[in-house]
Amino acid sequence: MTYEELLTQTALADERVVVMTAENRALVRNMPANLGNRFIDTGITEQCMIGAAAGLALRGRTPVVHALAAFLSMRAYEFVRTDLGIGNLPVKLSSFVPGFLSDGNGPTHQAIEDVSLMRGIPHMQVFCPADEQDLLQMLPTIWASSAPSYVRINTRPATYHHTQPFEIGQAEVISTGSDVTILVYGMLFEQALIAAHQLRHAGHSVGLVNMRSLKPIDEAVILEVCANSDLVVTIEDHFLTGGLYSIVAETLLKYRKTANVHPFALREKWFKPARLNEVLEHEGFTGQQLAQSIINLLVGDLAD
Amino acid sequence: MTNEVLNDLQKTALNVREHIIRLSTDGGCFTGASLSATDLVVYLYKQFLNVNKNNLRDSSRDYLFLSKGHDVPALYGTFVELGWMPAERLQHHLSPNDSIYWHPNVNVPGIEFHSGSLGHLPSVALGVALDCKIGGSPNKVVCILGDGELNEGSVWEAILVANAYKLDNLLFVVDRNFFQANMPTEELIPLEPLPDKFAAFGAAVKRVDGHDFTALEDALTSFPFQKDKLNVLIADTRRGKGLPSIEARADRWFCNFTHDEVDALLGELHGEHAATLESETLVVR
Repeated sequence: MTYEELLTQTALADERVVVMTAENRALVRNMPANLGNRFIDTGITEQCMIGAAAGLALRGRTPVVHALAAFLSMRAYEFVRTDLGIGNLPVKLSSFVPGFLSDGNGPTHQAIEDVSLMRGIPHMQVFCPADEQDLLQMLPTIWASSAPSYVRINTRPATYHHTQPFEIGQAEVISTGSDVTILVYGMLFEQALIAAHQLRHAGHSVGLVNMRSLKPIDEAVILEVCANSDLVVTIEDHFLTGGLYSIVAETLLKYRKTANVHPFALREKWFKPARLNEVLEHEGFTGQQLAQSIINLLVGDLAD
Repeated sequence: MTNEVLNDLQKTALNVREHIIRLSTDGGCFTGASLSATDLVVYLYKQFLNVNKNNLRDSSRDYLFLSKGHDVPALYGTFVELGWMPAERLQHHLSPNDSIYWHPNVNVPGIEFHSGSLGHLPSVALGVALDCKIGGSPNKVVCILGDGELNEGSVWEAILVANAYKLDNLLFVVDRNFFQANMPTEELIPLEPLPDKFAAFGAAVKRVDGHDFTALEDALTSFPFQKDKLNVLIADTRRGKGLPSIEARADRWFCNFTHDEVDALLGELHGEHAATLESETLVVR
């Protein structure tokens, strides 16, 4: 099953579903033939597409909307906020090549503030699947809900078999550990999995959490790992501001807790465009680099 | 159009203008913009659209979207005159206990969608029109735009897309009062020749005097103007229409008059005497 197959199947089973795109057809290239007039391509008009999606939703439709992450989250931001947010309409945003997945495109195409922007909109829910299997497991629930949503689409093949059923607002706890727990979302889950393995190999007790749902957030899991791990790290292909690290900070503050939390995120700069593997390497986000950085943190922690 | 219908439209429009003037105090409202759109709004609801108190939620109704949201007093007044809203509710203008404020919101029955941020509702109306086409439903969908609003690029996106999808069930009405917030349009961002611009984008265009009910009827009788094309009606209007002391003035977009001035303006509306205005002109944008 692919994203396109799942969406086609969903749309064919439910008349309310319409598929829209601002000429971003990479994920939906076969759909015009399958869906007929319920496939709507508005051309390179992210703003108009979002407004039209709102209009279709007013008529009882559930538009699943496609555009490149940077333009969906930023070019159309005020339309998302004003038409979908204020209207609280069930429009489902499928965000293509978010974060590091824009690889060689360059900073114009880098959506690394999208989580921050989207979670700032009342009613909007934000989801970041770890890989294709996780994505396909999450989407039916997301599309069936009546809330507007933003999904960082991630169709990279799974390197881990996800067994925990998806529920909105729930993280998937892969493992628990007392030395360090890694909180991660999206395509960096793959690297975090490698890092956790290497840390374990080096003798550490390691927890790993696939966050899945960034809004609503799984507060219980955050509080639990912060209480039970000497060190918590957040890993994200997003600016430091407003992403998972901020969410953890907000959660701890809300419950008047403190913890030893270290972020791996992009700080006040766009990342170096390159082939994806080399982006990870250059920015220090390969599993091996992350494991080494975490070991340094653990050693430094012991030295204190 | 019979004299009876014409008299009724004129009487209704006069009453709506009274409501607008009464809302132009204790905080004020966008008086000038509302008065230019009044005749359009009254005509569309009373003569053109299949929408009434009993079918406001029916999927078969016609839709009116007010993209130029700041002239919502014209809608409030019209809804009172249509019996959709009790007149007393206008007393709640700008009260936190109700939802009668400077821009439209759906807590007022009859308002289809919130607006205020310019350039949004052409696309929203397009989505509604598209759904009607997909479902083979014969609804008419109207969106009222300001002329200043035409500065927004998203308006032109919507026109391109509406034509691509052959939405001849969609009508954009431009309240062409020749002013944007603080300036005459032609002195800031010139729009003329405006019909040519819409036509170049593929729309079927008509232009009429937006205060002449007979002219509006003549133009809209032939709706859709042309098969498979977006309809655009440019309605030439005057900002502040009905009140000579504020008509066609750049500085009378938003007004907050004293109670005495409101009384004097009501007299002026009925042709009794010219009002003397002393309250300051306001720049709110």
